[in-house]
Amino acid sequence: MSDTGVHSNDIHAGATQTLGDARLVEAYRASTTRLLEHRAEAIAEVPGFERLRDRAREVKRETIEHLDYYIAQFADNVTRNGGRVYWASTAEEACDTVVNIACRAGVREVVKAKSMLGEEIDLNQALEAAGIRPIETDLGEFIIQLAGDRPAHIVAPAIHMTRKDVSELFVARLGAEPTVVPEELTAIARRALRENFQKAGMGVSGANFAVADTGTLVLVENEGNIRMCTTVPRLHVALVGIEKLVPRLADLGVFLRLLGRSGTGQTLTTYTSFLTGPRRPGEDGPEELHVVMVDNGRTAALADAKMREMLYCIRCGACLNTCPVYRKIGGHAYGWAYSGPIGALVTPTLLGIRQARELPFASSLCGACREVCPVRINIPDLLLHLRGQAQTQAPVKAASLLSERHLFGLWAWAMRHPRLYTLGSRMARWGQFLLARRGWIRKIPMYPASQWTLGRDFPALAPKAFRDRWKQLRRE
Amino acid sequence: MRVALFITCLADQFLPHAGEGVVKVLQRLGVELTFNPAQTCCGQPAFNTGYRDEARSVATRVLDLFDDADYIVSPSGSCTSMVRVFYPELFAGDPKRLRQVEQLRTRFFEFSEFLVNVLKIEDVGASFPHRVTYHDSCHLLRELGVGEAPRKLLRKVRGLELIELGDHQLCCGFGGTFSVKFPEVSVPMGQDKVRAASQTGAEYLVAADGGCLMHLSGLIHREGSPLKTLHLAEVLAQQEKQ
Repeated sequence: MSDTGVHSNDIHAGATQTLGDARLVEAYRASTTRLLEHRAEAIAEVPGFERLRDRAREVKRETIEHLDYYIAQFADNVTRNGGRVYWASTAEEACDTVVNIACRAGVREVVKAKSMLGEEIDLNQALEAAGIRPIETDLGEFIIQLAGDRPAHIVAPAIHMTRKDVSELFVARLGAEPTVVPEELTAIARRALRENFQKAGMGVSGANFAVADTGTLVLVENEGNIRMCTTVPRLHVALVGIEKLVPRLADLGVFLRLLGRSGTGQTLTTYTSFLTGPRRPGEDGPEELHVVMVDNGRTAALADAKMREMLYCIRCGACLNTCPVYRKIGGHAYGWAYSGPIGALVTPTLLGIRQARELPFASSLCGACREVCPVRINIPDLLLHLRGQAQTQAPVKAASLLSERHLFGLWAWAMRHPRLYTLGSRMARWGQFLLARRGWIRKIPMYPASQWTLGRDFPALAPKAFRDRWKQLRRE
Repeated sequence: MRVALFITCLADQFLPHAGEGVVKVLQRLGVELTFNPAQTCCGQPAFNTGYRDEARSVATRVLDLFDDADYIVSPSGSCTSMVRVFYPELFAGDPKRLRQVEQLRTRFFEFSEFLVNVLKIEDVGASFPHRVTYHDSCHLLRELGVGEAPRKLLRKVRGLELIELGDHQLCCGFGGTFSVKFPEVSVPMGQDKVRAASQTGAEYLVAADGGCLMHLSGLIHREGSPLKTLHLAEVLAQQEKQ
């Protein structure tokens, strides 16, 4: 059954694993650098890009502040267009809904478009448990599924794999001839996938945007597989996170210009599909459209006036590409469907801080993410907010006599009392002669300084603090 | 004009020469500087780690100590951003303190922006005939938006050749308590930065934040690299030998 928890909550283990694999580190570095360069080129050609970001943020803010209104409007319009709307408050309910639709229609095979929400709710596992075969049709997702892996990036799921890795996988699993030519690899995948579109009874997709005033689902992609998934099978099921709403069709002029450029550096993705209801007489398309609106922790985020901002995210992945931490540790280390700075916000917010209390700390708070976010989410600020939540709602059990909280309590006490601060620093000066050699300390046995000296030397305290030199300085 | 120095706990204990640099440069410019020895820390380590009550208890003292200065100058972009950007958040629930914060924020400046943007001085009469590369600390660059001021100052230093760092906007990996919570990530990030700095051919890696400097110099010392680190204020304090 679907597992609503994280896959792993040990980000340190994941980070160490990635950093220990030079090929993996290089794969992340090369791919994220390329995506960032493409982004920079693509936004340079748009006059007023910064104003577009302002506008997008404002639209998202307005939508999220009045989400109840827009959700109702969207649902009414989907129904009016001939679709059916379902509500799922948990991942499990969402999976059950999809499985039930498939079972009722006697569907044995499902073609899937890339959907992070699908990853979030572990839909594949739920379908498999019900005896239904999920077939990923996005090239990256296809590779990941074949490898029995998890997506390493919200836009580029197989970002961590090189062409050689993919070739080896195709040779082993599909009996293909070895090749590292991207076009040939794509052709191999296409051949393996093509027949599935014909025989699958149902297509499952996500949605990039759900337009309230028309009931339209908007999907962006580059491979055409989403269009196939949503039009060829008899049934189309769309998973829609409730934060995907935009009020008006006209708002897409803003968002589509931002999304492709921010994510992959494209002016527009190759395909942009607008799906408004199932097939109408004389047209092609699915006979039935089922829209599953998924909460799974989103209304809880909505209730938190601060964390609400996280729901503005349009999942472009730019913050991952620019994050120096993501670029080092990769996507899997974050332990759930969403990775990078946005993952460090989404996972603890949707699943609860206890499920992922370390994630908000996995950031140097450098702010590079905020600089590229198309909707200007103040990611460092929200990470700081979550750090506060982590310490109050999910404190770490002390490993030693002095917990981190105790240490900071002591620290604050000393910092409030300048004499204590001075006395403490003098004692440390006296004590450090045991450790320091020519102004440097190679190893400090005590936590947390021991963590510092794992990879760096620690500078000894200056022989005389500034405050002790001040009087003399004034005389000079 | 009464200018008070907020030395920061790191510079006080680990980089007193940075503080001396500030004193020397401002003396040279005829600015009278005061130092209140009752000051300690801005509270950022606790805030950064999620201990907001502890941070508030320390930050409250900063609000009270610098009530009467016209300007407060600090040799740290990070501690300055703590006061200017994060205090409003830290004291959001306390209207009385928040008024104090609003009063303080407008008078609190990082050293390089104080020189360039407040005093309108770029040439501080320094001389330092060496090849130098400048590292942007993230809080100074992104929270305060100060990237040009340090460069303007360095370009006016006699004999100094300023060489831009590749990927200059990339974090060095210090990140406050991130450096000890995620040493496995912090260290390789810093190693990248040290490598980039070495590739410039510079003799000195200069920054305006004690945290980055401790982290980077610790890596450099561990590696045994010939690169040297200096705080911006130390460079600006250098003059031709008489």
